[in-house]
Amino acid sequence: MRVLGLDIGSRSVDAVWLDDGRIVDWAVADSGFDPGSAAAIFVDRGAHDAIVSTGYGRHAARERFGGTAITEITAYGIGAAALHPDVASVLDIGGQDTKVISLGSAGKVTDFEMNDKCAAGTGKFLEVMARALGFTLEEMAAAALAAKSGVVISSMCTVFAESEVTGLVHRGEDRGRIARGLHESIVTRTLGSLRRIGAKGPLVFAGGVAKNPAMVELVAKGFDGAVLVPAEAQTVGAFGAALCAARSEA
Amino acid sequence: MAGEGVDYRPMWAELGLDLPMHDALLEAVGGMYGQTFMTQANRPEGMGYLDFVMSEVHGLRIKELDDFRKSGGKVVGTYCLYVPEELIRAAGAWSVGICAGAEWAYDQVEQILPRNTCALIKSMMGFKLGKVCPYLEEADLLVGETTCDGKKKAYEELGKLQNMYVMELPQMKRAKDVAFWRSELVDLIAKLEALTGKKVTAESLKASIKEVNDKRRALQRVNAARAADPAPISGLDSLLAVQVAFYDDVPRFTQMMNALADELEARVADGVGVAPTGAKRVLITGTPMALPNWKLHQIVETAGGVVVGEEMCTGSRYFEKLVNEDASTLDEMLDDLAAKYLDINCACFTPNEGRLDDVVRMARNLKADGVIDYSLQFCGTYQIESTAVQKTVHDAGLPVLSIDTDYSAEDVGQLSTRVEAFLEML
Repeated sequence: MRVLGLDIGSRSVDAVWLDDGRIVDWAVADSGFDPGSAAAIFVDRGAHDAIVSTGYGRHAARERFGGTAITEITAYGIGAAALHPDVASVLDIGGQDTKVISLGSAGKVTDFEMNDKCAAGTGKFLEVMARALGFTLEEMAAAALAAKSGVVISSMCTVFAESEVTGLVHRGEDRGRIARGLHESIVTRTLGSLRRIGAKGPLVFAGGVAKNPAMVELVAKGFDGAVLVPAEAQTVGAFGAALCAARSEA
Repeated sequence: MAGEGVDYRPMWAELGLDLPMHDALLEAVGGMYGQTFMTQANRPEGMGYLDFVMSEVHGLRIKELDDFRKSGGKVVGTYCLYVPEELIRAAGAWSVGICAGAEWAYDQVEQILPRNTCALIKSMMGFKLGKVCPYLEEADLLVGETTCDGKKKAYEELGKLQNMYVMELPQMKRAKDVAFWRSELVDLIAKLEALTGKKVTAESLKASIKEVNDKRRALQRVNAARAADPAPISGLDSLLAVQVAFYDDVPRFTQMMNALADELEARVADGVGVAPTGAKRVLITGTPMALPNWKLHQIVETAGGVVVGEEMCTGSRYFEKLVNEDASTLDEMLDDLAAKYLDINCACFTPNEGRLDDVVRMARNLKADGVIDYSLQFCGTYQIESTAVQKTVHDAGLPVLSIDTDYSAEDVGQLSTRVEAFLEML
């Protein structure tokens, strides 16, 4: 039996195909201005017996492609627990939101927290800051890792932080120290969320931002417990959705 | 939402409303009402009354107030349930709760109030500055109260635009605070008597205590039915009933709510519900949801959950406690009123442990699977109390989701994700 899990996020559309419970294929595309069409290309790639959608576009996807919709929170819980059976919590930093999730047995969500309306401390925040510093995302992460210490960035608001960074650049502050400070400020805030929900290790760090080595290093340094980053961190939500589809068909 | 065949525009013009903006408001609220309420499945027939009241919210009801005033009656507008409706009615006036549940004329509001003021206060000012609320314009007197710093200071600005009187609500519940609050009731009586030219007597107060208690009893019946699974009425419809209770004609509303309660009790006996048996049941606690703020209920119920109770001023706090009806002298009645009203558990009080007990008790009685703690952004009292609420609910073994929001639609996507995830978790 072949099932498809779709995670339609603000920055990317991720797909995972399972056949008899095993991953047979996966794919990632930019959401662009028409994420539904990006997803449709995946849906049309071959026959499947069931489909489950998650992410921002889950309801639109359910209407367009059928199947069911679950939230990213549930999907990441299921996905992370399948990758690491002893996982106790999940950190997912995506393009537009951050989620921290505490898990009970079998990936069942017991508590979670998600950022409010703005994109503070998300992938979008890092993108904007990289541009302000004249870096690519990869360069910014590398510069942050190379810097010995970070500048304290007081604002978490993307708009205010950008002004703050511009001010620091004009004062001649080292770009690497600013880059490190930006990563540190997100991590400090994220660790606070993890503490509030009583997250225990091992922690699965997923979502697109888990591909950022500076973020991974700083989270691992600050979190009290093991931090695991799946090889395809971005597709954990789609994997969870696919597992959900497989279970509902089983 | 104007009544069919009746032209209320001359009445609105006479009240000084900004007609084009008022048309825009009615169209927006009417559209919201249709999408939010009329799309619900299997509603009780008794909701037809509230649908009608809402369709005439700025029409027939305003005409009633208008006629009452033209025959010499006085209308008193209030913003908070601590202002006793019993006293207003006993002085021969009618009480209307002024709604403040939508973003309106914020551009004008922000010239007077800071941007980071809570949505309820901004809306309260916006309806006045935007000249779109006929209830405000029908009010001969507005009675405010010192429940929070934001309202207290905003009333100073509102008082420059309209006849305003502010009661001082104590913020603790010691015997001396009850005595002080009683003295505030005495002062309010003097103010009301000067307005209406009628005396508040033991007879008139006894009658109004009974009348308002009857309204509360009817709402208690409606809300008690919500403990059943399947729930016989949606959270949206139940919330609407309390929102309308603030401004509708009291005896008529009581009668219609008792009829609705009869129907709900029959539904419960027959196992008829608005959501399937086993739908996730949510208790909401927090800041009041003034008309037409239906945002959170709509999100929860669109996601497949059912709201079974509201521990809030537009909920249980409005109808749960009655005023003693056995008193015979005015003095005794004032004692009873002071005691009843200071027994309401708003976050403006310290300490406010009674609210924590109420939340857990209601969650158990209504068989809630989880609790959503709801605060309006910049409402410091509720936002701070949220920590204690979350801990108490958690310690009682129930999941809790804390939400901080305003009246705008910009966070509906994220809120939906959080609420859906919460329901999936239950």
